[in-house]
Amino acid sequence: MPRRIALGIRGVGHRVIDSVWRLGRASRFFMLTLLKSGISLRRFHLIIREIYFTGVLSLIIIVVSGLFVGMVLGLQGYETLQKYGSESAVGTLVALSLVRELGPVVAALLFASRAGSAITAEIGLMKATEQLAAMEMMAVDPIARVVAPRFWAGVISMPFLAAMFSAVGIFGGYLVTVVLIGVDEGSFWSQMQNAVDFRYDIVNGVIKTCVFGVAVTAIAVFEGYDAPPTAEGVSGATTRTVVTSSLAILGLDFVLTAFMFRGMS
Amino acid sequence: MQRTTMDLWVGLFVTAGIGALLVLALKVGNMGTYSAAQSYTLMGNFENIGGLKPRAPVKSAGVVVGRVVDIQFNPETFDAVVTMSIDSRYQFPKDTFASILTSGLLGEQYIGLAAGGDEVTLKSGDKVMKTNSAMVLEEMIGRFLFNKASEGDGDKN
Repeated sequence: MPRRIALGIRGVGHRVIDSVWRLGRASRFFMLTLLKSGISLRRFHLIIREIYFTGVLSLIIIVVSGLFVGMVLGLQGYETLQKYGSESAVGTLVALSLVRELGPVVAALLFASRAGSAITAEIGLMKATEQLAAMEMMAVDPIARVVAPRFWAGVISMPFLAAMFSAVGIFGGYLVTVVLIGVDEGSFWSQMQNAVDFRYDIVNGVIKTCVFGVAVTAIAVFEGYDAPPTAEGVSGATTRTVVTSSLAILGLDFVLTAFMFRGMS
Repeated sequence: MQRTTMDLWVGLFVTAGIGALLVLALKVGNMGTYSAAQSYTLMGNFENIGGLKPRAPVKSAGVVVGRVVDIQFNPETFDAVVTMSIDSRYQFPKDTFASILTSGLLGEQYIGLAAGGDEVTLKSGDKVMKTNSAMVLEEMIGRFLFNKASEGDGDKN
């Protein structure tokens, strides 16, 4: 019996050491990516290629989800607000919830599952088929040539995607409440403009998206680079990317919100 | 895919992203209406600020002329010191009257400035001398009930 307990405790210790080890490797890998990104920043067409794959191709899902999220927000907000006779505040509701929270968070979640998983699978498969090893043989640094452009492309695309998500969402809310239901257009926009502050709401939202962009792409490239070079390993790494980065987004969002919007107005 | 087509798409993507940010800033946010122009600060002591909060608007004749920046409690005079940032396009006379008003019955509270007739204008850091506290609904109801009760007493006597 004591042997069993000792084995169990050893298992726990092994897992803890393993995860700390992995965290350390991830941070070292992140620092290496930053240090070696000089080359890819100078050869900017590498980043442009990756922005096309991560940003432009994610555009459809971002725009469509933004539109629907905005429309549903408008419908539900109208439903509740008209009970209190303040249905013109629906513009404020849609705009504030999109700009502060839903825009950055939902866009980042979609980005993680649409682009982050693709990055992980691509890099993991490159590793499994020994393309990365071949690059090293040719004295090409795979971190500078493969990882850094993907990282920077993700970091650049994320704020634009989230801004488009929010803008399209507000347009969706406008479509449903003003065009379909018939809320007064003037008070819809003017109440929104009164409530949304540029520095306080929009800039904070953009800061959030930048943090999410860094987190999601850093997790995606690390998981891909760290994946065991087997079919199973790559699939596991792809799953871990989506799960870990979604949890990271939600956790970071809470921390950032607590710092940005604590006790103000 | 050809590099030029890819460049075109990425260019379109970035332009649309910046456009979305501009729409958010100008159409949704208050960048269009509230310019970050030069401003000066005014102070005011209020007996009771009610529910006034930082960033609440300062209005004169219904037009937003500034924002509340800071609210502090003065432990010597036991009243609230409100700091307002006023657009420097608007100058107010020395005997301007500042009162805390409510937009609508349950709306947000703001500071209303009613200009006086003095020739000298308020400078940055000056204090608005004439202030009017916020109406607190409970106090008003209490006063009303008290008046009603004393009226009733009067009838009996």
